[in-house]
Amino acid sequence: MSSEWPLWEIFIRSQHGLAHKHVGSLHAVDAQMAIRNARDVYTRRNEGISIWVARSADIHASSPGDKDALFEPSNDKVYRHPTFFPMPDEVKHI
Amino acid sequence: MYAQMVDTGVSKVQDVAQMTPEERAFQDRIDADVKVEPKDWMPEAYRRTLIRQIQQHAHSEIVGMLPEGNWITRAPSLQRKATLMAKVQDEGGHGLYLYCAAETLGVSRDAMIADLHAGRVKYSSIFNYPTLTWADIGTIGWLVDGAAIMNQIPLCRCSYGPYARAMIRVCKEESFHQRQGYDIMLALCRGTPEQKAMAQDALNRWWWPSLMMFGPPDAASVHSAQSARWKIKLLSNDELRQRFVDQTVPQADYLGLAVPDDRLAWNAERGHYDFGEIDWQEFHEVIKGNGPCNRERMQTRIKAWEDGAWVREAALAHAEKHAARERHAA
Ligand SMILES: [Fe+2]
Ligand SMILES: [Fe+2]
Repeated sequence: MSSEWPLWEIFIRSQHGLAHKHVGSLHAVDAQMAIRNARDVYTRRNEGISIWVARSADIHASSPGDKDALFEPSNDKVYRHPTFFPMPDEVKHI
Repeated sequence: MYAQMVDTGVSKVQDVAQMTPEERAFQDRIDADVKVEPKDWMPEAYRRTLIRQIQQHAHSEIVGMLPEGNWITRAPSLQRKATLMAKVQDEGGHGLYLYCAAETLGVSRDAMIADLHAGRVKYSSIFNYPTLTWADIGTIGWLVDGAAIMNQIPLCRCSYGPYARAMIRVCKEESFHQRQGYDIMLALCRGTPEQKAMAQDALNRWWWPSLMMFGPPDAASVHSAQSARWKIKLLSNDELRQRFVDQTVPQADYLGLAVPDDRLAWNAERGHYDFGEIDWQEFHEVIKGNGPCNRERMQTRIKAWEDGAWVREAALAHAEKHAARERHAA
């Protein structure tokens, strides 16, 4: 039996000038075919104006176990948010 | 539904006291409506059940292309043909969204297709009925896609992230399917007496199989209870079926068609329609493989897969040759 075509992750930039967003995956033999298939599978109704494809095997992800080590430190840095600094009512446009 | 009677592999719903700390933490997250994502720890039974459920759902979308595809070449106008092609193409897309959601759980596409072809995993009973006339295409869009919507909207909130996201995508496309079907019915019912009779005949044949799509009553099913606990089944089969009847009967009235059920009656006290007994014997026969088209559907799928093998192999070989040439040139 033949081997399976590689899996690709598909990212689409919508009409609205937003960043490319992950929409799902599909199988294709190469990047060109992945883009062509992504057009048929993920943009049948004008959902996008640009497509990125990347081999799933090339994507590296943080692991759920590292969540605390990665994201915990920013929890106690509330001063990074503007709401940390109350402004007097009299002061406008700030 | 598209995934009927999904086996969870458990013999009773797991008691909190018997859970390991990991299992308890997992259930707590589900109870708090935190989505489960592919790399998160999950109980093996949850993973296996979801693989079965999503896979059945995907196969149903793909096999579901066959009864409708049967009428593409014979659609009564160019517009109807273009619409039907778009609809059938969407169903292919739904199958692909779902296969890739299942693949995030660690099962390969080829393994799923092998499961389907070997009969180890089922697809919805509804696609084993024949499409005899053009009115069947209208009825499928109206009833079968209507029933699918009923089932899929709650699944947009299910606990597994990739499945929920695939369902959101699918639901956005389904209402076009249902409306184009009802539009076909409207045209037939406003047409000649022969056309209206054709519409009535299609409703007569599809009504009961559509009600069977929701599966047998699941009050006593441990699988349904466990799936509900995991939030991969959000409403019971009977609840969904009742909603479907309540929504569909007035639509049939508008068309001037009679729902083929003597016991159908509005129950003011319950605020719902009462309806007759479903022939579960027929349902189980169809699930076992003895419906009118089971063999033909599987033969068609297997033939398409086998006939396409050389194309898949050639495309891969071609891509590999190109990649090698590029490496050489670099
Ligand atoms: Fe669908
Ligand atoms: Fe559909």
